Amino acid sequence: MSSNVNTIRDLAEREYKWGFITDIEEERVPKGLNEDIIRLISGKKQEPEFMLQWRLKAYRHWASLEEAQAEPKWANVKFPPINYQGITYYSAPKRKPSLKSLDELDPEILRTYEKLGIPLAEQQLLAGVAVDAVFDSVSVATTFKEKLAEAGVIFCSFSEAVQKYPELVQKYLGSVVPYTDNFFATLNSAVFSDGSFVYVPKGVRCPMELSTYFRINAAETGQFERTLIVAEEGAYVSYLEGCTAPIRDENQLHAAVVELVALDNAQIKYSTVQNWYPGDKEGRGGIYNFVTKRGKCAGVNSKISWTQVETGSAITWKYPSCILQGDNSVGEFYSVALTNHYQQADTGTKMIHIGKNTRSTAVSKGISAGHGQNTYRGLVKIMKGSTGARNYTQCDSLLIGDKCGAHTFPYIEVRNSTARMEHEASTSKIGEDQLFYLRQRGLKAEDAVSMIVNGFCKRVFRELPMEFAVEAQKLLSVSLEGSVG
Amino acid sequence: MSLLEIKNLHVKVESHEILKGINLTVNSGELHSIMGPNGSGKSTLAQVLARRENYLVTAGEILYDGKDLLSLKPEEAAAEGIFMAFQYPVEIPGITNVYFLRSALNAVRKHRALEEMDAMDFLPMFREKMKLLEMDEKLMNRSVNEGFSGGEKKRNEILQMAVLEPKLAILDETDSGLDIDALKIVAKGVNALRSVERSMIVVTHYQRLLNYIVPDFVHVLVNGRIVRSGGPELALELEEKGYVDAERQALAV
Amino acid sequence: MITAAQQLESYLGSFSRLEKQAAWSGLSWWRKLREDAFARFTEVGFPTPHDEDWRFTNVSAIAQTPFQLAGKESGRVSPEDLERWRVPGAACQLVFVNGRFSSELSRTGKLPAGVTASSLAEQFTKDPKVLELHLGRYLDIRRDAFSALNTAFTADGAYVHIPKGVVAGDPIYLLFVSTGNNEPLMTHPRNLIVAEEESQASVVEDYVSLNAGAAFCNTVTELVAGDSSVIAHYMIEREDPQAFNVSTLRIQQGRSANVASHSVLLGGGLVRNNVHPVLAGEGAECLINGLFIGNGRQHLDNYMLVEHASPHCDSRQFYNGILDGRARGVFHGRIVVHKDAQKTDAKQTNRNLLLSDDAQIDTKPQLEIYADDVKCTHGATIGQIEENALFYLRSRGIDEVSARKILLLAFANECLDRMKQDSVRTYLEALMNRHLFQVANSVPVARTDRGEDQGRNWEELG
Repeated sequence: MSSNVNTIRDLAEREYKWGFITDIEEERVPKGLNEDIIRLISGKKQEPEFMLQWRLKAYRHWASLEEAQAEPKWANVKFPPINYQGITYYSAPKRKPSLKSLDELDPEILRTYEKLGIPLAEQQLLAGVAVDAVFDSVSVATTFKEKLAEAGVIFCSFSEAVQKYPELVQKYLGSVVPYTDNFFATLNSAVFSDGSFVYVPKGVRCPMELSTYFRINAAETGQFERTLIVAEEGAYVSYLEGCTAPIRDENQLHAAVVELVALDNAQIKYSTVQNWYPGDKEGRGGIYNFVTKRGKCAGVNSKISWTQVETGSAITWKYPSCILQGDNSVGEFYSVALTNHYQQADTGTKMIHIGKNTRSTAVSKGISAGHGQNTYRGLVKIMKGSTGARNYTQCDSLLIGDKCGAHTFPYIEVRNSTARMEHEASTSKIGEDQLFYLRQRGLKAEDAVSMIVNGFCKRVFRELPMEFAVEAQKLLSVSLEGSVG
Repeated sequence: MSLLEIKNLHVKVESHEILKGINLTVNSGELHSIMGPNGSGKSTLAQVLARRENYLVTAGEILYDGKDLLSLKPEEAAAEGIFMAFQYPVEIPGITNVYFLRSALNAVRKHRALEEMDAMDFLPMFREKMKLLEMDEKLMNRSVNEGFSGGEKKRNEILQMAVLEPKLAILDETDSGLDIDALKIVAKGVNALRSVERSMIVVTHYQRLLNYIVPDFVHVLVNGRIVRSGGPELALELEEKGYVDAERQALAV
Repeated sequence: MITAAQQLESYLGSFSRLEKQAAWSGLSWWRKLREDAFARFTEVGFPTPHDEDWRFTNVSAIAQTPFQLAGKESGRVSPEDLERWRVPGAACQLVFVNGRFSSELSRTGKLPAGVTASSLAEQFTKDPKVLELHLGRYLDIRRDAFSALNTAFTADGAYVHIPKGVVAGDPIYLLFVSTGNNEPLMTHPRNLIVAEEESQASVVEDYVSLNAGAAFCNTVTELVAGDSSVIAHYMIEREDPQAFNVSTLRIQQGRSANVASHSVLLGGGLVRNNVHPVLAGEGAECLINGLFIGNGRQHLDNYMLVEHASPHCDSRQFYNGILDGRARGVFHGRIVVHKDAQKTDAKQTNRNLLLSDDAQIDTKPQLEIYADDVKCTHGATIGQIEENALFYLRSRGIDEVSARKILLLAFANECLDRMKQDSVRTYLEALMNRHLFQVANSVPVARTDRGEDQGRNWEELG
């Protein structure tokens, strides 16, 4: 057989290198979900009454949805029914998470993050990036807090925000993704345990990149974190998230919610490199990544930009969206989604144009290899009052091998005839010829594959902050597998 | 010493024997043209020389610069100075022409233990070569072959050849689909690159290209065999009488 | 208005009369084709909007008008009448009056040796053998009733032949004049262009009206592009607003054949422009480039069917539409990639400018892919003249009408720039300059906000 095929196969043989398990004592609540569990979680976190009431409302709504079997079924993914009573909804390292300094952190956890390439000791960190580390259900460390505080930026765990800034949480929680939004968002609203909170006050440009590293460690647990970012008038913030999980045979549920609010002239840039455990070569195990992400451009000239590189998870179900309410607001979505082995991804965006002269861009690059199934699902909706709205959608699929699939479902709803819409789509295949062409010009087979894939993803990678872009490129070449037909 | 020596080459694709005993010797500085009808095995020969891997060599050998060519990978053959202008050049979205060629050139230079060329040295050379092929400078920063017309792709192939400066260039139907003006530009580019240190094999279906690129030798490939060899006049004769005649004559001899 | 029974009787009468007087009356192969075609037409009749291929275009006006087949002496045209339609730089100009060749009005200029450009009727009498090889061999009369109708009723047309290896640099120009008449006339010109291996040529078909009046021109061109030939075909439609024009260009491409089809639609009341290339030989390349500009109540329908039947073929479709008044445009871009057509690279782009609230465009990409290693892209845009750009030009001292014209010209030039034949392009640029001035002038200066639910067929964009 040709060595082109071998090169790709070699890449496949590389193990998921983030798959180790940290041995640490943990505290968890009993399996299953009922009102008592909700109260228990809320009680453990010493939450104010409004939070408990909100969780209970969400739980009751979810219970009615569950009874009506209203789990979303329209996505182009297949999985056996999830037993929601078989999941543990809260798990945390036993040591108390409120730490005065990093020295108090369990050294095992510290080592875990070091192994992941995220040293939490501030002197070792890349200058200009503040990190919030979320281990299972709780935030274990947040770096550079003092420096951020000087600028007036709040960056802390969600639990801490509930304690310290309840009025901000109460004002914005559920304002973009209401607890009734969808099955998984409702579940998250009832049981979410932690996450990150960011508040950038009026006129402040956040002095460094903010980032959260999510790690699922415990077995048979779900992870339900919630992130809320508020950028006041004229504020700017760039936020990154990364995710990993150990190798386990079972499927684990991750149902997160992210809400972004941008007021007048504010700008939020949200980048994700998602690398949850994808399952093994036969499709055993892996994370179900069912995530609701939405941003509201509430103010004039505001801008929200989503960039995602999705290489992990057994199933990805997420549609980072923008509600373009303020006049002249801008929404962007740049995505690379890679499915290999038996991974499935149904991802895309929703751009809802409400204000005048609002603009949106959606660029999606799907790569399918092995038996991977990759679906782009995008909605562009121009409301009646949205005069002069514009959208550009580009949707490209790259197939590696002949057992994978790529699917595209664009939905376009236009209620105002001054809209300008552009849509481009393509499907192509990395083939033996393409590799041969590059090798005939002197490039090694491995370099040829990575050149083709990186060229394909270039438009998205250039939206990522520099160090993430490098990381994303490496991740892609490691995650690749397939046979070239 | 001859640069390329093909001895009794037999090649199969799947279970079909495509080449049935090819013998061909190319000396430095010579330009050989291989002509033949569609499906005669011309492209297969070109691809085997460039070391494409989905062909099975069942017998024979190829010596290139005294070495066993058949043991080389495509990138090694490229580094050793073999260049093929593709009949169907491939697109590489997201990678600019200039970046691609510099990567290729540096890969080849690295193999030859030469220092990598930086952008400052590369660009002026690249521009110079583009002028030779009357190519729009805009194509420099466009993705490799993406959105190029058929004619632009073919010119881009010759541009790559000009940059990579091979010892043995194989042109696989570089003339097909070109209008007369584009054909003349391609021929001009090829002629400018002819030298005593560079051999070329020009594979073509039609004689027309050979009006502009005059070969030293012409070989007629029919049904996997070279049935006739001669000088440039042979191409004209073929144009008049067709390949069937050439084959019949060969069999009669 | 006529009933369906009257319609059929009228067509049957024309069919029998033509049989008696035509040049090909002795040729059994052609008679057979005609009869089959007529039988097919009587079987299916005119299409209706229920047919998917005619969803956006209603031809009942054609069906219900009692068109008479244009006879030999149906119109008087003097050479002076044609002066305004002479294209400088053409190698020759063949003139067809109401579908029939006029040798007095034609100019056979400086064709390269071996090249034939003549009348099809004449060729039928002179040497029908070469026609038998190609005529009616590519057009599918079962696909489209208008193709059947043309085959049944064709009386004449152009026959162009470029021998192997010949480069015909200057364009071969075919002018089809509709004279207008008291009674509505129909014509069914049939053109055959055969370009042999390695030949190179440009052919222009130009459809014009001399006087106002209802007329129905249903034309078919079969273009056979041999291996490695390089052929450009231009179609200009600028008939009277009362005219009906259905044209079908059926292209058959050999190995490495390179064909460009350029359409410029400015006139006609109801126009249907079918372009149907089949990339039958490996490595063939096809450019389908078009510009349609409508106003008043014009209906301009472009139906593209690109069939990839062999590996390594490229096709590029670019259609730009400008619609004003109550004009309606249609772009239907269908790409079919057959099972063996691996490494197909097909691209389709349709861009439209709507200049009024009542103008309308329906754009429908349709990809049918049966091979697994292909690259197909499609894109469609619908928009208005950019107010920012307009303001920018005006702030530099350009008056509003000129500024509009400049922006419209820029949009039109995207298409004209793809035309390689210098004399044709220059001619069309001048034509566009005049035409777009009128368009720019007619646009209301102030724009009002639009009502709701005018976003028609946006779903189709996906």
